[in-house]
Amino acid sequence: MGELKLMKGNEAIGEAAIRAGVDAYFGYPITPQSEVIEYLMAEKPYETTGMVVLQAESEVAAINMVYGAAGSGKKVMTSSSSPGISLKQEGISYMAGAELPCVILNVVRGGPGLGTIQPSQADYFQAVKGGGHGDYHTIVLAPASVQEMADFVAKGFELAFRYRTPVMILSDGLIGQMMEKVVMPEFTPRWTEEEIIKNAPWATTGKPATRERNIITSLDLDSGRQEQHNLHLQKKYREIREKEVLYEEIMCDDAEYLFVAFGSSARIAQKAIKLARDKGIKAGLLRPVTLYPFPTDVIKKLSMQVKGILSLELNAGQMVEDIRLSVGCNIKVEHFGRMGGIIHSPAEALQALEDKIIGG
Amino acid sequence: MNKEILSDIISEENLVYRKTPLMTNNILSYCPGCGHGTTHRVIMEVIEELGLAEKTIGIAPVGCSVLAYDFMNVDMQQAAHGRAPALATGIKRTWPDRIVFTYQGDGDLAAIGTAETIHACNRGENIVIVFVNNGIYGMTGGQMAPTTLPGMKSSTSPYGRDVHIMGNPLKITELIAELPGTRFVTRQAVHTPGNVRKTKRAIRKAFENQLNFKEGLNFVEVVSNCNSGWKMTAVQANKWMEENMFPFYPLGDIKVDGELLNK
Repeated sequence: MGELKLMKGNEAIGEAAIRAGVDAYFGYPITPQSEVIEYLMAEKPYETTGMVVLQAESEVAAINMVYGAAGSGKKVMTSSSSPGISLKQEGISYMAGAELPCVILNVVRGGPGLGTIQPSQADYFQAVKGGGHGDYHTIVLAPASVQEMADFVAKGFELAFRYRTPVMILSDGLIGQMMEKVVMPEFTPRWTEEEIIKNAPWATTGKPATRERNIITSLDLDSGRQEQHNLHLQKKYREIREKEVLYEEIMCDDAEYLFVAFGSSARIAQKAIKLARDKGIKAGLLRPVTLYPFPTDVIKKLSMQVKGILSLELNAGQMVEDIRLSVGCNIKVEHFGRMGGIIHSPAEALQALEDKIIGG
Repeated sequence: MNKEILSDIISEENLVYRKTPLMTNNILSYCPGCGHGTTHRVIMEVIEELGLAEKTIGIAPVGCSVLAYDFMNVDMQQAAHGRAPALATGIKRTWPDRIVFTYQGDGDLAAIGTAETIHACNRGENIVIVFVNNGIYGMTGGQMAPTTLPGMKSSTSPYGRDVHIMGNPLKITELIAELPGTRFVTRQAVHTPGNVRKTKRAIRKAFENQLNFKEGLNFVEVVSNCNSGWKMTAVQANKWMEENMFPFYPLGDIKVDGELLNK
C-alpha cells in the first residue's frame, strides 16, 4: 500500500517521478506547471535516488536534454505548458523519428499564442495528431485527477519503453493546480547500468567490443529506407491502437444521451450527468483515458445505443471531430466548451446537452 | 603496380601509418580537400589512444557532418540543428562516467544553437565541443554563416557580406572563453601537418580534462576551409584561409586551465 498524501497535481507528478525511478527531469518554468520543477528542486532527489533535476535555458534545450539522456537509455521526462510545448515539438518529432522513450507533461493553458494561464484543453489536436512535423503520433494519456497524474508517470514510462515512443500526459491548469488526496506508489529503484543495457540494447551507452556501434538518429537520406522506417512507425502505431486503448464508462448502461469528455471536463461532465438524471434525463459519460489511441470502438458501440452525443471540451471543438469519425450511425454529435481559461459549470454542460442534443 | 610490391608495401612491418579502427571503412561524404575528414580522424585517434572507445558517446550536428556517425566507430547520437550541447548535457548528467563530445559546424553552433552553446559552456558541462568553423553553410550549398567574414561572398551574400545589413561575424569562441564554465578554449587548424599535430594535442587535452575534472567545458575550434562552398580549389582555399580567416580568427590557446591568456 502506498502513502496517502494531499497534493497539487503538479507536485504529484514530481513525487511520482522520484518514486518511479526516473533518472532525470529537464524543464523550464512556465505557468501553470512550474510546481513540477519547484517540487523536484526542493526534494533534491539527486541526493536520494540519484535522479538528476536541471533547469534548462529554454524548453527547446530541455526537450533536447531529454533526447540525449533517453537516447542513452535513461528514464527521463520534462514538463511544460502550451506555449512551451509548442517549442518542444521539434524535439518531440525528432524523438518520435529516432524512436526514443520519454514522458512529456503538458499542463494546458488557453491559447493561441501566449493566451492565458488558466485551464484549457485547446492543445488536443496538437497532442493527438502528432504535434510536430512528419508522420508520427505520441501516446497521449489524459489524467482526470491528481491520482491519475501520479499514476500516469510510471504507466507512461512503461508504454514509452515498450513501444520506444514519446508519451504525453495531457493535463490542464485545473488538474495541475488543484489539491486532492492521492495514494503515492511505492518506490521503484532506478535501473542499474546492467538493466539499462538489457532493457534498452539500442541505447548509446558506450560501445563495447562485443557489439556494433549504436546510433540514435531520425535521419535517412535514402528515400527507400526512410519509407520503410515510416512503415515501421505506422505498424507500431497500429499496434498501439489495437492494444492500448483506455477509457472509463460512467452510467452508460442505460444512457440515452452521452457526454464524451476527458481530463477536467470529465470531472464536470460527471456532475452534469447526475444533474441530468435528477431531471429524469438518462445521461452517461464516456471518459477517454488515452486520447491517442482514441477509444473509437466503444464510441461506435455506444452511438448505436444513445440518441445523441455531446463532446464537452475546454476548447472550440477538437475531440468532437474524432467522435464524429467514430460513430457508426446518423446521430447528433455536437460540441460544447468554454475557452480562454473559463471552465464550464455542470449546469452549463447540462443546458448545452438539452439545447444542442435533446431539444436541438 | 606489381602485386608483390604492393603487398610488401602494406605488410605490417612496413606500415608507418594506420587508420584508427575508430574510423569506419565507410567512404567519407566530404569534398576532397575539406578539413572534416582530418578532424574526425584526429578526434578518433585521441579517443583510441586514451583507451576511451567503450566509454565514449559522440553527437553529430546538422550540417556537412550530419553523417559523422557513419564514420566515427563509437556510439553516436544525431542532434537537431544546434541542439548538440543540450543532448550532451542530457547524456553527461545521467552518465557522468561516460565521455561525451559534440562535433558542430559554425551555423549549428554559432547561429541556431547559440543559446545551447552559451548555456552549456556557462553551466560548465564536463564535455568536449569540437567546433569546425569554415565561415559558410556547406551542406545547404554555401549560404552565409554567422562566421562569414566581412565582404566574403556566399550564396546569400552574393556581393559580399555587408556588415551594415547582414551583421558582423560572431567570434563565439572568444565569447564563451569569457564564461566561468569553460576550462579549456583553443582555436586550431588542420590544413598542414604541423597544424594537425597541434590540433591533436589540443583535442587530447580537451578529452583529458573531461577525464580528470568533474566540471568545466572544453572547447576546440578548428578553423577549416570549404573549397566547394568558397568556389576555390583546395590549395587556393587553404591559402585564402591563411590570408583571410586566420587574421580574423587567430590560432592558438585562448583559455587554459580556466585562465584566460593574453588578458
